[in-house]
Amino acid sequence: MSVLAYLVSVWLFVVGIYGVVTSRHLVHLVICLAVAQSSTYVLLLGIGYRTGGQAPIFGDIPTSTPVVDPVVQSLTLTDVVVSATVSALLLALAVQAHRRFGSVDPDELNALRG
Amino acid sequence: MTALQATCLIVVAVLGALVVATRDPLRQAAVAGIFGLALAALFLSVQAPDVALSEMTVGTIVIPVLVLLAMAKIREHDE
Amino acid sequence: MSRRVRSVVALVALGALGTVLVIAVTGLEPFGHYPGPYGDVLAKVVPGERHTGQLVAATVFDYRGFDTLGEEMILFAAVCGAAALLRVRRRKREEAGTPARPAPSFATRATGAALVGPVIVFGAYVIANGHITPGGGFSGGVIVAGALVLAYAAGQVVRLRRVGSIALLEGAEALGAAGFLLLAVGGLIAAGALLKNFLPLGTSGLLLSAGTIPVGNVAVGIEVAGAVALVIAEFLEQALLEEPE
Repeated sequence: MSVLAYLVSVWLFVVGIYGVVTSRHLVHLVICLAVAQSSTYVLLLGIGYRTGGQAPIFGDIPTSTPVVDPVVQSLTLTDVVVSATVSALLLALAVQAHRRFGSVDPDELNALRG
Repeated sequence: MTALQATCLIVVAVLGALVVATRDPLRQAAVAGIFGLALAALFLSVQAPDVALSEMTVGTIVIPVLVLLAMAKIREHDE
Repeated sequence: MSRRVRSVVALVALGALGTVLVIAVTGLEPFGHYPGPYGDVLAKVVPGERHTGQLVAATVFDYRGFDTLGEEMILFAAVCGAAALLRVRRRKREEAGTPARPAPSFATRATGAALVGPVIVFGAYVIANGHITPGGGFSGGVIVAGALVLAYAAGQVVRLRRVGSIALLEGAEALGAAGFLLLAVGGLIAAGALLKNFLPLGTSGLLLSAGTIPVGNVAVGIEVAGAVALVIAEFLEQALLEEPE
């Protein structure tokens, strides 16, 4: 039971990559990629957790209470917002691919056309 | 691991599989919004309020709006 | 290879990858037994050294500020790429005229108009108090951008006569990125090390404390708000702050 968090992270990653590989619509592909990215957030926060620890903010608790790890939280915090913007870039690519080739099916975008 | 954390983890796993299984992008945007909320609840249960705030705003505002706008642009180019 | 064969190959390969990952993951420390020294070091050192209780903000903007600098540049580059991709055919669309949009109902417009102001103020509050409470530049910036999305969804817009609205969002994003860079270089000039905390530290818990951390929060907040609003405005392709005819 103590590895449930890590197992869920592996499950999310595998499921996300399966969605990317068998996708039939570029926009569906981008959202499955976002699911695969969220697996890393779950893994990072799972590693940093301490049983009985509080949130790492000493606003109104004494500075000697045990807290969970703030480093992994800082990595995840910046990553959440930045990966949303990268998904926006991928969606712009999907829109542009539809404009140029008339289809959003990844299987039909397989030839390098001049 | 508390019962709350275990429940949140299982809900996140199920919703993740549901997001991938939904093939239509418009419906998938709604399910992705719910997935973002479940992730935010999970982050809160492991004592990470900053990350939960970011995930809540990004997962329910930015991602579904971007998907809907991308689908609108693809559709209007079809006409 | 056909789609069916590709599905089967993917299932087999991902099954193997999943097995290897599960074996790897069972070698980690059990969930809840955090072993590493860095969290404990930070918890002991930060309240005294930086006069702030927000360990995450101190890590993001001070101790690991270099990572944040890189993330800022990723954000900037991604938005530049999305804007470049979406602006290719804009001239033709402008000549063709914007398509008619159905007017939203009065309830939607009233709720949107009533909520835009409080949401912006709330976002600014989250940004400004990032070094005291949970939140900070990243979350607060997205909240402010969400207020602009609300303004569009409710059909309520603001007309700016001289300044082009897309130019305003671009300016905000560039200002935020430049602000963070200047802060980093300011540490180099004023105190001899890049990103060093060179402003007076003040007392913990006040709004003006912890040196460069609130300044970094504001810079990141402006940039994230500008970037997210710009990317959504590019998708909308009709300059968010323009009145519908």
